[in-house]
Amino acid sequence: MSQQQISFEERMAHSEFRVHERAHIVVDGKVCAECSTTECVTACPANLFVPTAAGGIVFNYEQCFECGTCYLVCNKEGAISWSYPEGGHGIVFQRT
Amino acid sequence: MSTDFDAIVVGAGPAGSCAAIVLARAGKRVALIERGPFAGSKNMYGGVVYPRILDELIPNWWEEAPIQRWVTRRSTMLLTDTQALTIDFRSQNWGAPPYNGATAYRPDFDAWLADHAVAAGAVLVTSTTVTGLIRHTNGAVTGVHTDRPDGDLTAPIVIACDGVNSFLAKEAGLYPDVDADNYTLGVKETISLPKETIDERFAVTDREGVDIEILGGTNGVNGGGFVYTQLDTVAVGVVLKLSKLAAQKTRPEQILAKLKAHPAIAPLIKGGEIKEYSAHVIPEAGYEMMPKLTADGLMVAGDAAAMCLAAGIWLEGVNFAMASGMYAGEAAVEAIESGNCNASGLAGYRKRLENTFVLQDHKKLRHAPHLVLSDRVQHLYPQMVANLVERMFTVDNPKPKPGIRRILKQERKRAGVKLSDLARDGWTGFRSFG
Ligand SMILES: Cc1cc2nc3c(=O)[nH]c(=O)nc-3n(C[C@H](O)[C@H](O)[C@H](O)COP(=O)(O)OP(=O)(O)OC[C@H]3O[C@@H](n4cnc5c(N)ncnc54)[C@H](O)[C@@H]3O)c2cc1C
Ligand code: SF4
Ligand code: SF4
Repeated sequence: MSQQQISFEERMAHSEFRVHERAHIVVDGKVCAECSTTECVTACPANLFVPTAAGGIVFNYEQCFECGTCYLVCNKEGAISWSYPEGGHGIVFQRT
Repeated sequence: MSTDFDAIVVGAGPAGSCAAIVLARAGKRVALIERGPFAGSKNMYGGVVYPRILDELIPNWWEEAPIQRWVTRRSTMLLTDTQALTIDFRSQNWGAPPYNGATAYRPDFDAWLADHAVAAGAVLVTSTTVTGLIRHTNGAVTGVHTDRPDGDLTAPIVIACDGVNSFLAKEAGLYPDVDADNYTLGVKETISLPKETIDERFAVTDREGVDIEILGGTNGVNGGGFVYTQLDTVAVGVVLKLSKLAAQKTRPEQILAKLKAHPAIAPLIKGGEIKEYSAHVIPEAGYEMMPKLTADGLMVAGDAAAMCLAAGIWLEGVNFAMASGMYAGEAAVEAIESGNCNASGLAGYRKRLENTFVLQDHKKLRHAPHLVLSDRVQHLYPQMVANLVERMFTVDNPKPKPGIRRILKQERKRAGVKLSDLARDGWTGFRSFG
């Protein structure tokens, strides 16, 4: 398969996430329902903010790079509660 | 009052490990706390370290550091949709001791540096997230809370080396405000290719490597790109201004895919398999966004203090982190020995930064990040320059060759560049880079 065509799932499949049961990022759907700009949808490199047909946002924390982009671009107070995952969990980049 | 440690360093990135090395070697009891399962596990970057500053801490570091390739070729590339202008420099001097830049994977490099801190006597605590500061009623920082049961640790000094999002610096009120405009997002693919293929395509041998910095090629989102060679992988990435990325509604991996498909880049990575996709934020604005560096019982170093230098042709953060960590460590030793760990006792930190490249480079280049990410430098100049060069080298017989001054004027007009803006940007650039 050529580089340009890999699916998003395949792209993410190469990164290791040690998922903790607690969501380290929580998104308040009520605030998002009022948001027309949805910066997070474009900017999150892990594509974790998915717009719904009803105009809301579905968010899943599991494959998160912990980069901080979402809380930086979001302009709506209270939409995102952001913290790091429990020690030892979350993204683990590869060593040789 | 007895404390658990003399100093607590939060974050085992390059800044934290260097701070811990200095403190431990001075005989201080130091804890180095890292939230990842090992040092470097949370950290990604483009790919080139400049470890000269380590000469002080780890003489002959090049004999043991987990280096992939020594950068002996450095290219600066200007891309438009259909054109590429490259300035390519090669020096064999950089491929021999004491070396200059090197590609390395951060999980390797950071773990190696943290090992040195441990060897010096620091207590490395991994898989532990610091969740907040412990403060005395007078406001002074006296330790940290962690997510371990009974996880509070006390010390008269905390050094926050917790990276670009630094919740500790924010909690201490050292950042007056946080503006998305000051940050860029970097996304990168690490692409596997056989070593011989990389050697051939990049015209290098043995452990020689290549660093390509790219202006343009980011689909109109202000930022830049890079290509770096490891032994048997090539890293390709884009750095994107957050506010512009969000506004443009093109996703980062799509912008990266477009760069990878550019005729100047595609042949370099053809047939390669993606090995890892990663993302991280950069405190792009540097000096202009730097927080207060000290408070009572607290110092901030590395990306946590926005000490990454992102100025177009330079993207250096690891060396600035290592140096600032080292100087914070020295200032901490001084403060512990004098018995004054308040901001006044920690003043040696800023002094050291000001007397060295850390703040001197940042001050000199304070306008560079803004200039490099400006709309004109991003969108107008590359097209103008590429068209100029294209016309210089297009043989348009039977017409005679045009005079360069005339094409420059025509292309400047065609690109819509005002002479006054060009002069002003040229002056800012000259003052910064000159
Ligand atoms: C895409 C990209 C390309 C780059 N390219 C280059 C390059 O080619 N060359 C270069 O020199 N620099 C480059 N940089 C910049 C460089 O990566 C950073 O400047 C550098 O990593 C800063 O080091 P640091 O030690 O300050 O922070 P970090 O490396 O971010 O380390 C911070 C550490 O603190 C830990 N931590 C954070 N919070 C907590 C907490 N609450 N509790 C416990 N631990 C915590 C993290 O897990 C991490 O290990 C690049 C950056 C990016 C994003
Ligand atoms: S997270 Fe922020 S940017 Fe995204 S939809 Fe919700 S309010 Fe809008
Ligand atoms: S931290 Fe980064 S990867 Fe995680 S949800 Fe936010 S933008 Fe996406």
